[in-house]
Amino acid sequence: MQPVTNGALSALLLLLLDSRAPAGGHAHSGGMEPAITAGLVGDLEGVEAFCRGRLCTSGRVAAAFAAAACTAWPDGDWDLLDAEYDARTPSEAVRVASRQLGSGLRRMLRAMFPACVLPWPHSPAPHHPIVLGAAVALAGGRAELAAQAAALASITAPASAAVRLLGLDPLAVQGMLARLLTNYGSFAVSQMVGEPLFAGGAPYLDLLADVHHATEVRLFAS
Amino acid sequence: MCITRRRCVYLPRNRFPHHNDPAVQHGEIPRSRVTRIGIGGPVGSGKTALVAALCRTLAGELTIGVVTNDIYTTEDADFLRTQGILPSGRIRAVQTGACPHTAIRDDITANLDAVEELEHDIAELDLVFVESGGDNLTATFSYGLVHRQIFVIDVAGGDKVPRKGGPGITRSDLLVINKTDLAPLVGADLSVMDREATAVRDGRPTLFTSLAAEPGAGAVADWVRGVRAARAPA
Repeated sequence: MQPVTNGALSALLLLLLDSRAPAGGHAHSGGMEPAITAGLVGDLEGVEAFCRGRLCTSGRVAAAFAAAACTAWPDGDWDLLDAEYDARTPSEAVRVASRQLGSGLRRMLRAMFPACVLPWPHSPAPHHPIVLGAAVALAGGRAELAAQAAALASITAPASAAVRLLGLDPLAVQGMLARLLTNYGSFAVSQMVGEPLFAGGAPYLDLLADVHHATEVRLFAS
Repeated sequence: MCITRRRCVYLPRNRFPHHNDPAVQHGEIPRSRVTRIGIGGPVGSGKTALVAALCRTLAGELTIGVVTNDIYTTEDADFLRTQGILPSGRIRAVQTGACPHTAIRDDITANLDAVEELEHDIAELDLVFVESGGDNLTATFSYGLVHRQIFVIDVAGGDKVPRKGGPGITRSDLLVINKTDLAPLVGADLSVMDREATAVRDGRPTLFTSLAAEPGAGAVADWVRGVRAARAPA
């Protein structure tokens, strides 16, 4: 299948970005599980605050790297981009999770674009936002869309985990996500296309991720 | 025209060497020498005990790895390790995001990663058991992940369970009905379970086991040997 090249949102892009796409995301909570375990999040309001924080920190970093990968595809300096993302991800657990997600998305890309030779080494697997940005380019999308997709992914994973762990009303959560994107969506991706690559983080989340990684009884991989 | 799966499954092997392998029929796993067998079933039916029994019985002839989707993964791994059944490096754990179904059927990414890691790390590997998290009667494995699957139920769940059907009961390659030693205590009629399982399984085999009475699960181990023989290059 020839990728669309005019940058319009195509069915192929929608297929790629569908949250049900089998790329391994369902087993990651984006830090929501340890936050709930630690008692930091317990209701819809807490989930909204958590997602807002993620969108405006690690969500923006992911957006910047997805945009950079999309712009660079197919001839980027992938080692440099990888090192830059590592440098912005102080938690080892988060780096591991990001590479797991990147590996899953890469596997899906091989199924969706069998003729395409992907540029990353088998191991370590590439970080998720980088694969996501390249995937959007492969499917005919532009950097702005890649940034939006990465920012969105940074909040849908924890929101979905919260529905499963707290028994929240999924429609109320969907409404919350729409509200969040209306109020903060533009901010999350503004100035995320192009250099310099944004650096921002949430130290508490990083710490929780490392604690979670060492926890025996956990339902989510991150 | 609709050709049922069963008619394909039982075509003679020598005509279509890969045709009786459900996984290959579905055009999925690239053929390798490692056989992958999924073991699913409800909570407490004896999945981990069956994995342990099979590892114990087959360890002398095959190099085996295990991927577990259970919540208490370390507990399972410890169980296998302390019984001297498998060294810890042969056991990998995956998290299912509170959706054990999804992890073995709709999005098999984490399990594929774990299986491929085992295959990569242990060159002499012959067989991988993928044990699902405890779920209900509708949880089955994707043939993109495993070559064959065993579904384990037990008599204590009541002798009506086979009649209830669901993909685990009706479509699994082998149905194991465990804990037959408990049948008199819970008033379960094994002949009813046998008859009704046969009725819904369209010729696929069913085995009764009591891992308490026969810890080696010999009949199931024989079935596993048969699966491996059927997959071997002609």
